[in-house]
Amino acid sequence: MGILDSKIPSGPLADKWTKHKNDINLVNPANKRNIDIIVVGTGLAGGAAAATLAELGYNVKTFCYQDSPRRAHSIAAQGGINAAKNYQGDGDSNYRLFYDTIKGGDYRSREGNVYRLAEVSGNIIDQCVAQGVPFAREYGGMLDNRSFGGVLVSRTFYAKGQTGQQLLLGAYSAMNRQINRGKIQAYNRHEMMDLVLVDGKARGIIARDLVTGEIERHSAHAVVLATGGYGNVFFLSTNAMGSNVMAAWRAHRKGAFFANPCFTQIHPTCIPVSGDHQSKLTLMSESLRNDGRIWVPKKKEDAIAIREGKLKPTELSEEDRDYYLERRYPAFGNLVPRDVASRAAKERCDAGFGVNKTGEAVFLDFAAAIERYGKEKALTSGIKNPDKTTITELGEEVVKAKYGNLFQMYEKIVDQNPYKTPMMIYPAVHYTMGGLWVDYNLQTTIPGCYAAGEANFSDHGANRLGASALMQGLADGYFVLPYTIGDYLSDDIRTGAIPTDSTAFEEAEQQVRDRMEKLMGGSGIHSVDYYHKKLGKIMWNKCGMARNEKELKEAIKEISELRKDFWENVKVTGTVDSKNQELEKAGRVADFLELGELFAKDALHRNESCGGHFREEYQTEEGEALRDDENFKYVAAWEYKGEPKDAELHKEDLVYENIELKTRSYK
Amino acid sequence: MKLYLKIWRQKDASTPGKIVDYTLDGVEGDMSFLEMLDILNEELVSKGEEPVEFDHDCREGICGTCSLQINGEPHGPDRLVTTCQLHMRKFSDGDTIVIEPFRAKAFPVIKDLIVDRSAFDRIQQAGGYISVNTSGNTIDANTIPINKYDADEAMDAATCIGCGACVAACKNASAMLFTSAKVSQFALLPQGQVEATERVQNMVRQMDLEGFGNCTNTGACEVECPKGISLTNIARMNREYLSATLEG
Repeated sequence: MGILDSKIPSGPLADKWTKHKNDINLVNPANKRNIDIIVVGTGLAGGAAAATLAELGYNVKTFCYQDSPRRAHSIAAQGGINAAKNYQGDGDSNYRLFYDTIKGGDYRSREGNVYRLAEVSGNIIDQCVAQGVPFAREYGGMLDNRSFGGVLVSRTFYAKGQTGQQLLLGAYSAMNRQINRGKIQAYNRHEMMDLVLVDGKARGIIARDLVTGEIERHSAHAVVLATGGYGNVFFLSTNAMGSNVMAAWRAHRKGAFFANPCFTQIHPTCIPVSGDHQSKLTLMSESLRNDGRIWVPKKKEDAIAIREGKLKPTELSEEDRDYYLERRYPAFGNLVPRDVASRAAKERCDAGFGVNKTGEAVFLDFAAAIERYGKEKALTSGIKNPDKTTITELGEEVVKAKYGNLFQMYEKIVDQNPYKTPMMIYPAVHYTMGGLWVDYNLQTTIPGCYAAGEANFSDHGANRLGASALMQGLADGYFVLPYTIGDYLSDDIRTGAIPTDSTAFEEAEQQVRDRMEKLMGGSGIHSVDYYHKKLGKIMWNKCGMARNEKELKEAIKEISELRKDFWENVKVTGTVDSKNQELEKAGRVADFLELGELFAKDALHRNESCGGHFREEYQTEEGEALRDDENFKYVAAWEYKGEPKDAELHKEDLVYENIELKTRSYK
Repeated sequence: MKLYLKIWRQKDASTPGKIVDYTLDGVEGDMSFLEMLDILNEELVSKGEEPVEFDHDCREGICGTCSLQINGEPHGPDRLVTTCQLHMRKFSDGDTIVIEPFRAKAFPVIKDLIVDRSAFDRIQQAGGYISVNTSGNTIDANTIPINKYDADEAMDAATCIGCGACVAACKNASAMLFTSAKVSQFALLPQGQVEATERVQNMVRQMDLEGFGNCTNTGACEVECPKGISLTNIARMNREYLSATLEG
């Protein structure tokens, strides 16, 4: 069990990272030129890591399945990025950001990692501004902030509703600078098919050129996996269509432990499902909860009338509305953390108060904000005794300036004007806190294989706070990995280039080819999407927002049967040696069919409710999550042993020296 | 609704392509354009035929991957949306829809509706960055105040998603809106000033090398741009280019 050493440095919390940086080995600049690093994934974590490593002097190869690094799904993050700058003077500090993150994660993350994240958060903002990221500013020219769920300060920096895009383009521009210098070789439209281990160390990957279908061998002294999360195991999620678990899962099969797979974030504010044809779900930024009020009708008959189109939500009086978050959680109101908000929406809809035709939607209403802003604007514009129309007009202007692009997106999809009628929202799978187990250095249980960003499990515990994913991705990529990887690579300065004609590479390539042939050789009854949708239904119904023992056991059985069926009967058209999107999907779904089972197994073993993992058997009388610190205060890291059902559990006990474990309360 | 689709099919870059007719029934208004194509593909796969390949990823209008020429317009008839955000309610029962890849010499077809837009990456690599190390050891983010108007305008330029609709819309297949958006973003910010001269020259040089045409101010790019990137950016780039040339 010595293998699960988190390698958290000793000493006081606030000194750990500095001390660690002073203690670890460095590689001198001349030697860096002789060391190759592969970075898979070019989102915030991968793009930032690739740029920084190349800038330090390493030879970097990047791989992404998209046609350009700029299209990684980090681009879709809307709301913002947290940093403990305390520009607002509202009492923020590194400690408070650390505390909020640990508490928000329901006490299932590591103190050392989270404190480091808070510590470097300020640097991220400095760095991005220097790179020309156009963050929102106030009239005085200073950076503007807003507030996100689960916190009591304003520490979120943003660029309209496109923060992820701007930060990613920042990392992409840093990459471009290194590509121009010849320090990064970018392999776009390439997919990592397997990890190659030589003498127990990660020494390269097998990749497929998605345009020609060619299988390629690439060697390196270390491999960084920054390949994002696995939310698409649910089929419907806010992830990009191509987001997949293949790289992480291939590494898992080669010996990297997979941690807390059941910790999945269901985001409360997404556009509800409209029908069976739906291919993906669209998020409405959490920032909307700054100003939007969430409600359902108080009376069931009103909910039914709204569903049937006989009553308009705007016709319902204040007394007949149930602002259930404000009612249940007066202290945080509409800004409770995501897991809490999602479950509360599900609770109301399950009780029959849902407001769209499927009964799975609640209202997010801006009328009050429009009125409040309108009055304020009238006052500052010197308009005396403004009438209601003027107030509404002025208020809508303010709301448009804040959330215009989100409102436009909503209108395009739903065909309703959210300025005039409340938005309808429902929770959807958004982010996975679980991922490859890593130590403090972001190294997996395979020496030389690192995981960064959403692909690792490390910082968010059982629930991630809003605007923290961007922070973690960039922290890992810009500021953590470039230091820690040097410590490992300092042993490799005399190794020389890793040859790709070894047996290890040969065998790995053969396995990849065999697997593709097997996928092509199915009896051809059902399409890949057929299986993906079926898997998604099992996951959503039995491993979704609320889970119980009976259904999780059923899920395990059903997924394993579905997997068998898939390998026997899947239909993949086209050929292996050409561009073939069906084959790409098939490989990804095959891995989801294994991960899904491990997910359910993990959820079944964790007999407690914490963060995004809600087990119906473990709740308080008021329906809040009931954590069990005595028995489950650990990271569950699973070792691959063949079938997912045989995966072996390793526990990393979580030690809290600086924070007292409490029941999370947002009341 | 029932639709008649005329779709460009092309095996690979070296094989000539052609328009193939398909009829698709049961399309609903709430479907996105790409979901409509998903259904067509599901039918094709079930018949053992190869599905129509098209680029797409985030399906929420931000990644810039989707790139269809629909009835002659990049991203179709709706304004300020990408193909993935175009919904079938914009079409009517019985419509014929022609679907092609973006057409430009600098965007060669890879397969069916997929084109190679790596030329855009190379333009960015030529100078679309600020040469600052990512060490985090820079000055505090609030040290240099930036006028809100400039910051907002830089942001507007920076919202370009690199989809290539501007090129596909232009009769000269010019990439000036794309290139100028990045030049503008940095020209409007103090951090971008230091390398302004080299940046605009290098990016424009690369743009020409890639085989994109020149701007003749028809403004089609601005109209078709899903993010509403303004033509003003081209004017700004021209000014930057001129002053860079004069500076030498």
